[in-house]
Amino acid sequence: MKKLEKDRLSAFLQQIGEEMPLFVPVQKEEGAVFTRWSPEVTPQLGAVRTVRSPKDLFFPQCEALYTLKTEQGKLQIAPQKRAEEPFAVFGMRGCDARALQVLDQVFLTEPVDTFYKARRENGVLLTLACRRPDTACFCTVFQNDPADPLGDVCLVEGDTCFFLMAKTEKGQAFLDRFASFLTPCEEPDENACRKEQANIRAIAARLPLRDLSLEGWGPGQTDARFSDPRWDTLSKNCLGCGTCTFVCPVCQCYDLHDYDTGHGVIHYRCWDSCMYEDFTRMSAGNNRPTRMQRYRQRFMHKLVYGPENNNGMYGCVGCGRCVVKCPSSLHIVQVLRKMRKEEEHAKL
Amino acid sequence: MQRIKETLTHWLQSGQVDRVLGWKEGDMPGLREPAFFENAEELKSLCYDAFCGPNLSKFLIAAGEKDGVTAVVLKPCDSYSLNELIRENRVQRDRVKILAVPCEGNIDPRVFENRGVLSVSIEGDQLHLTTLYGEENEPLARCFLERCTVCRGGRHAVYDELLCPEAEETPQKGDRFEAVRELEEKSEEERYAFWQETFSRCIRCNACRNACPACNCRECVFDGAALDSRQKAAAVPFEESLFHIVRAYHVTGRCTDCGECSRVCPSHIPLHLLNRKMILDINTLYGPYQAGDSDKGRSPLTDYTPDDCEPNQGKGA
Amino acid sequence: MPSCNEPLIPQVGVITAITEQTPDVRTFRIEKPEGGKLFLHQPGQCAMIGVPGAGEAMFSITSSPTQEDYQEFSIKRCGSLTDVLHALEPGDCVTVRGPYGNAFPVDTALKGKNLLFIAGGIGLAPLRSVIRYAMDRREEYGTIQIVYGARSKEDLVDLAEIETMWKNQPDVHVYLTIDRPQEGWDGHVGFVPDYVRELPVDLSQTVLVCGPPIMIKFVLAALTDLGYRKDQVYTTLELRMKCGIGKCGRCNIGGKYVCKDGPVFRCDEIGELPDEY
Repeated sequence: MKKLEKDRLSAFLQQIGEEMPLFVPVQKEEGAVFTRWSPEVTPQLGAVRTVRSPKDLFFPQCEALYTLKTEQGKLQIAPQKRAEEPFAVFGMRGCDARALQVLDQVFLTEPVDTFYKARRENGVLLTLACRRPDTACFCTVFQNDPADPLGDVCLVEGDTCFFLMAKTEKGQAFLDRFASFLTPCEEPDENACRKEQANIRAIAARLPLRDLSLEGWGPGQTDARFSDPRWDTLSKNCLGCGTCTFVCPVCQCYDLHDYDTGHGVIHYRCWDSCMYEDFTRMSAGNNRPTRMQRYRQRFMHKLVYGPENNNGMYGCVGCGRCVVKCPSSLHIVQVLRKMRKEEEHAKL
Repeated sequence: MQRIKETLTHWLQSGQVDRVLGWKEGDMPGLREPAFFENAEELKSLCYDAFCGPNLSKFLIAAGEKDGVTAVVLKPCDSYSLNELIRENRVQRDRVKILAVPCEGNIDPRVFENRGVLSVSIEGDQLHLTTLYGEENEPLARCFLERCTVCRGGRHAVYDELLCPEAEETPQKGDRFEAVRELEEKSEEERYAFWQETFSRCIRCNACRNACPACNCRECVFDGAALDSRQKAAAVPFEESLFHIVRAYHVTGRCTDCGECSRVCPSHIPLHLLNRKMILDINTLYGPYQAGDSDKGRSPLTDYTPDDCEPNQGKGA
Repeated sequence: MPSCNEPLIPQVGVITAITEQTPDVRTFRIEKPEGGKLFLHQPGQCAMIGVPGAGEAMFSITSSPTQEDYQEFSIKRCGSLTDVLHALEPGDCVTVRGPYGNAFPVDTALKGKNLLFIAGGIGLAPLRSVIRYAMDRREEYGTIQIVYGARSKEDLVDLAEIETMWKNQPDVHVYLTIDRPQEGWDGHVGFVPDYVRELPVDLSQTVLVCGPPIMIKFVLAALTDLGYRKDQVYTTLELRMKCGIGKCGRCNIGGKYVCKDGPVFRCDEIGELPDEY
């Protein structure tokens, strides 16, 4: 374990930022947003939840995959270059780091998504333990520890310093590279760090959503859950917008599309949403024509189908973004609670 | 609150309506969600307070596909949205029964973000928050949704029963066009920079469109394959602006300025500014017009009179 | 095969021949610009074909793997991309990614079996690949029975090939039908599912069904009534696909992705999927 005095944080970030692209949360009009570091920005490390997760840095909302050009009557395909430059993300939270693990299950299994893989290999995750979790947080339900986040280097904030722990070889190499800003930890430091972590866990134990139950979800539950009549009631007031999917750190559905620039065609990929009517529409028809079916698909995918395909990993990490952003409050907490609540009623 | 429930229970039990559309408590403190209630038992969970932000009007389009009459609880500004939908024949007047409730402003859920709020209450001129980290107070005046700080007053545009007649006289607050005028006074470059930055926050989630009562096309042009512009991402940076500008134009003359677009935007884009600019221009060019004021007649942009201004001579054009 | 390393990057394919099959179906022969097959495939697999600027869509590969020089795709004109495809001419370039998905188990479960093919309209496209494969390796399979129907005589795809080639093979029986009576047609008239019920039943057959969803539904019901078990019937599912590699999410159904785990499913496997196809 190493420590970084708080008054050296700016210098530390400056050094990283001068050596590689560095992304830090910055307070903006709409909330905290991961922003490319520059000497002018002030990191906002207090906000536990950024408007969007740093998923964009690995799986951008929109990215070109290749360009098509016709030269002398011949069609030429020029693939987009993969990321080659190392970069760092500072201040990411454990839930968002776990979300990347879920995305790894999807994108890094054969056939591998080379665009995502290149960014994952080049990105260093410096995650920050959540000193002040929010009411809408429920990461512990999905086996996260807000006091000990996943990542390459995990940071725990103390009163006067940050405690840093390398969790991967990549993280260790990173700490070695910037070792001049860090000091070794003595036993009192380690105790102080443990105390901070214990505080965080104590808060997590008081979070109102901590007791959400996943019982009855997971692999093999398709039959039990798919035809549940409660999907109708739950989805009734869904607006069918894509807010939940676009703020979700795990949602990974995408669309592929051509953009004709007038002098060549860019074939790009962009995020898509299973909540949209045209997601499954084809000329022969649509297999999910109703809003209820689309709503059900999103949660079945996160809670049943996803775990079946991804070694049991759920498609939710409990970050709480959909909970605070859904215009109709029809988020995953509703699904987990309503489908449970009435189950208990039925048992009585 | 008690009178609201009593009235609605009576409507339901006497068979005047088949269901009630209102709000109930959400899963998080200070968030209320739209909900349908089918019987008196369910109605017990209906709530109405300063946290009932969602405008329920648009849900009546879908409710119209069901049999019978839907009762709906409407705040003053929401009633304009519904009236406009009635004018456009998207909701049939005789299929809704409207309970008009007074409104003293809605709390902006942004106030709660990242604060660990466990419960909220309004105490005098303070919003009191009990959080995981202690008790906090916020001056209430700073906690309202933008639309409420420039409230157009307590009048309902349409209703069947008025819960609080005296509240209809509540006067308008502030000047809702002030921010538009400030923008108008800026140079073209400054305005462009402002919108460029603002629209760059857009994540193309379509919450604004899907929540907007005026956006009620059966199929949105941005969802169709015909337009080489997808509804979910911008292939070029200009596309977000294109989406919002097209949308603003399309709702011009029909937008009642209910403010749902700004309320639901996860990136807090002040979308109402675009709509208000259009409203201000209409007011300037054609005389004061409030969409949703009446369920009959034509809006200035779908009407022609020989006195219409010529585009190039209009003051605001 | 470049598709292994770069699953989302296509190759350039050149259209070397176009056969007009029916008023709205054309078969496109596609090769590498320098000649030769774009990739190796198995019967039942699909590929993504794109026209620059118009987008991509998934089509089943109509030609048999035993055809060593090119791949063929029979494509029905029914949407914006297929409109553009139908306007192309030999010599034009397209983008091709693939092959994607699983295949009919021609070298395992189907081997040595008596085969019953049931196809409707453009649904012959994926089955033709298997039929040609089985005919080219005739000794490895038992009897072959083909029931094929379309709206009219003009809508029967590959009719010339069926008449001149398939019908002359040993132990191959072809039963054609059209939906409504028509001048110049003295063959069977009626819907495919009904025709299936009229034909001699051989429960030793393994059945391969492909066609419009409504036809598949009624054919499967007919087969069940006739005594065929679900595990001896194969069909294909068609859902919207984009990536072809089970990641973009849209062809997800239950724990399966049609583009990766399908499009070929044994009917007992389909029974385990949520009813949303």
